Amino acid sequence: MLLPHWLFSDRAGLVLLAVLAVLGVGVPILNLWVPPDHPLYLSAYTVTVLGKYLCYALLAVSIDLVWGYMGILTLGHAAFFALGGYCLGMYLMRQIGARGVYGDPVLPDFMVFLNWSELPWYWHGFDHFGFAMLMVLVIPGLLAFVFGWFAFRSRVSGVYLSIITQALTYALMLAFFRNEMGFGGNNGLTDFKDLLGFSLQADGTRVVLFILSALALAGGYLLCRWLVSTRMGRVLVAIRDSEDRARFLGYRVERVKALVFTLSAMLAGVAGALYVPQVGIINPGEFAPLNSIEAVIWVAVGGRGTLVGAVIGAVLVNYAKTWLTGALPEVWLFALGGLFVTVTVLLPYGLIGLLQRREKAA
Amino acid sequence: MVSRTLFRAGLTGLASLLLVLFMPLPVQAADDEALRAALTQLREADFSEKAALVETLVGMDHPRVATILNALAESRLFYVTETSRIVIGLGDDVEIAIEDAITGEALGQAVKRDLDRIRVNNRLRSLIENQLASLGLASADPQQRKAAVEAFLRSPKPEGAARLKARLDVESDQKIQELLTAALALVDLTGTDAAARAQAAKALGGWTQPEIRGPLLRAAAEDSDAAVRQAAQTALAKTEFRLQMLGWAETLFFGLSLGSVLILAAIGLAVTFGVMGVINMAHGELMMLGAYTTWLTQQWLPVNWSLPVAVPLAFLVAALVGIAIERGVIRFLYGRPLETLLATFGISLILQQAVRSIFSPLNRSVATPDWMSGTILLGPLEVTLNRLVIIGFCIAVFTLLWLALQRTRLGLEVRAVAQNRAMARAMGVRSARVDALTFGLGSGIAGVAGVALSQLTNVGPNLGQNYIVDSFMVVVFGGVGNLWGAMVAGLSLGVANKLLEPWSGAVLAKILVLVFLILFIQKRPRGLFPQRGRAAEV
Repeated sequence: MLLPHWLFSDRAGLVLLAVLAVLGVGVPILNLWVPPDHPLYLSAYTVTVLGKYLCYALLAVSIDLVWGYMGILTLGHAAFFALGGYCLGMYLMRQIGARGVYGDPVLPDFMVFLNWSELPWYWHGFDHFGFAMLMVLVIPGLLAFVFGWFAFRSRVSGVYLSIITQALTYALMLAFFRNEMGFGGNNGLTDFKDLLGFSLQADGTRVVLFILSALALAGGYLLCRWLVSTRMGRVLVAIRDSEDRARFLGYRVERVKALVFTLSAMLAGVAGALYVPQVGIINPGEFAPLNSIEAVIWVAVGGRGTLVGAVIGAVLVNYAKTWLTGALPEVWLFALGGLFVTVTVLLPYGLIGLLQRREKAA
Repeated sequence: MVSRTLFRAGLTGLASLLLVLFMPLPVQAADDEALRAALTQLREADFSEKAALVETLVGMDHPRVATILNALAESRLFYVTETSRIVIGLGDDVEIAIEDAITGEALGQAVKRDLDRIRVNNRLRSLIENQLASLGLASADPQQRKAAVEAFLRSPKPEGAARLKARLDVESDQKIQELLTAALALVDLTGTDAAARAQAAKALGGWTQPEIRGPLLRAAAEDSDAAVRQAAQTALAKTEFRLQMLGWAETLFFGLSLGSVLILAAIGLAVTFGVMGVINMAHGELMMLGAYTTWLTQQWLPVNWSLPVAVPLAFLVAALVGIAIERGVIRFLYGRPLETLLATFGISLILQQAVRSIFSPLNRSVATPDWMSGTILLGPLEVTLNRLVIIGFCIAVFTLLWLALQRTRLGLEVRAVAQNRAMARAMGVRSARVDALTFGLGSGIAGVAGVALSQLTNVGPNLGQNYIVDSFMVVVFGGVGNLWGAMVAGLSLGVANKLLEPWSGAVLAKILVLVFLILFIQKRPRGLFPQRGRAAEV
């Protein structure tokens, strides 16, 4: 047997990985090697939108890990996503160099505009790609670890935790809106030119970013799937179902929670870092509490505690969003709101749950 | 002896009589002539000459001066070329009634074209206003006398001091006496006598008006005499201390006002979240509905009457929507707080978009009734009336809610269900009905909070979102299920926010408060006043 047991028995996961493989190979072909007038041709825009969905899917997987398996309803995961995005955005800003509007070789445009004379200390090092990538993992991870360690140690749980995660992302949003923070204030970071020397506007770069997103999603999925199949995964579920009992059995609940929360935040950070070069901008709006809650509903739609469901939910809801905000912008919030209500009241196990029920009935 | 006294009295009386009979006439006549001369000069004078003439007029002590200056300031003073008279025009048509400026005698109608208007500019107008105010020193109305002294403070002239001194001798109002003393001291401060200057500087300590503080600052820095500088500095220290106290009092008031808004927003949540354990993310949108109800009421009713009608109406609207939410969605989700949170969040999105579709996404402006606008003096502190009303309103709502929970049958049932649902049911409480009514009560209070908010901020579809995080923070900080906790938490968060604001800026203050709360929850996960007893354990 080539596959480890935990993956072999995961039929839905194998399907997901197969689909990702097909996409990872097919999309580049359809974009780069099919002539533009061919009906199967995929425009660069479509590739970017698909890449965006994959980033959202990775965010959803990271939320499902903590919500579906550990029972922590996080309303602030978009904060980790945005922090990852800002880390890569800072690298991209430094790459612009003297090509900015003001032509300053070191300072990004918005700093020149604010009459800053030198780079703030926390911007140093972000001109190295490796350092920036490290920060994409470290910054969200560190925040999640510190936040989680304190919160879980003092046994903040349930809705209290949800509310303070929301307060966290709200506070970060307010902070990033301030010009004094040195992250471009309201406008955020934008006008990116290139990544490792490849122009972000080129089709080739976009396709590579798409492939990377697919790989990251596959990797993130495999990591989470492996984790939940281990002994530690069982502890997670035990914590979800009865935290006190798990603690009484001798498990160091707060350590497990902090660890998994940190891991999940890092995954969200990676998703954000892949998202930013594809959409070309990162601004404090990404920290908005609504974004985090929306991401939670993707997981709920697909079916929490399944990982695959998170991916399905993220892609479906975002596809609907792209389509509705274009065709019937008035209806989108009604639809999203309705989705929250229907899914929680009628479909507690999401679409995956619906499919499983069918299977059982058949 | 007696007769001599009588004779003396008689003589004095006669003399007075003679004075009364003969003296005024020539004086009046002379005054009329002087006035006429001055007014005639006014016609040809340029603006700076006019300013000098205005001062002359004020010095004349003629009964018509105030009327004439008023007319001049309003550009209603004319020169009639044919009769070379100065007249006052009454009205603004092509043909207007005129009267003689000096005697007040009506002169019939005149065509405006034939009249030569005496022009004034803004500088002159404000000079006239000041001078008119100082004329008011003799008025019977204390308000006008006060205004007159205040006008003097703005441009203190040694010439005016005699008038102030005269007034001080007869002034009965203590406040105005103090003000007059200060005004006189202000004159002395620029005098030549160093001892008087030092004395004056000492007397001016504690007066916070810029008109007094400014000269005092100058004296402290530039006066030629060291003793005066010293006295001025001491006096300034007193002023600064007073200013600082006033500043603190003002911050405290703003904090209380913000706190009462937070309390209004949070006590509804304290009922639904605290008593029922239901996270209602649509709470902010229920406040928004209340605010829109206020706006709608104002479309039908005059602004002054709209608020008393809007309060019960907003309660009703929000309570009905709340009951509908409870019956339609939440009752399927009891015992699953995280799902409730998501579902109610969905409802909040729907309500927002509904308002956006029905009323447009733009902000609506809700008018403030007359009886709520303007400022009022609370001791030395000037506060805006609407904030004061909202603080009072918050206290009223809080008291009513507390009474409803403690003194009514429904309140008893609500508390019973909150403490132990199964036991309450066993005792015959219809818990489903209690749930719906509790949720309605919490929602209705949100609607009422919306009425208050409509007086402070813009009424738009995003109104609720801006308060939802804050109000949850208040509830969590105060301790779930505890009205008093919500009150203490709301007030302390409001005051803390306002105390931090001048030091750190509004946004950073908010961030700091949020960070503090996040840290606080780590330390006391159940809030300031946790519920005790086994039923409260999760």
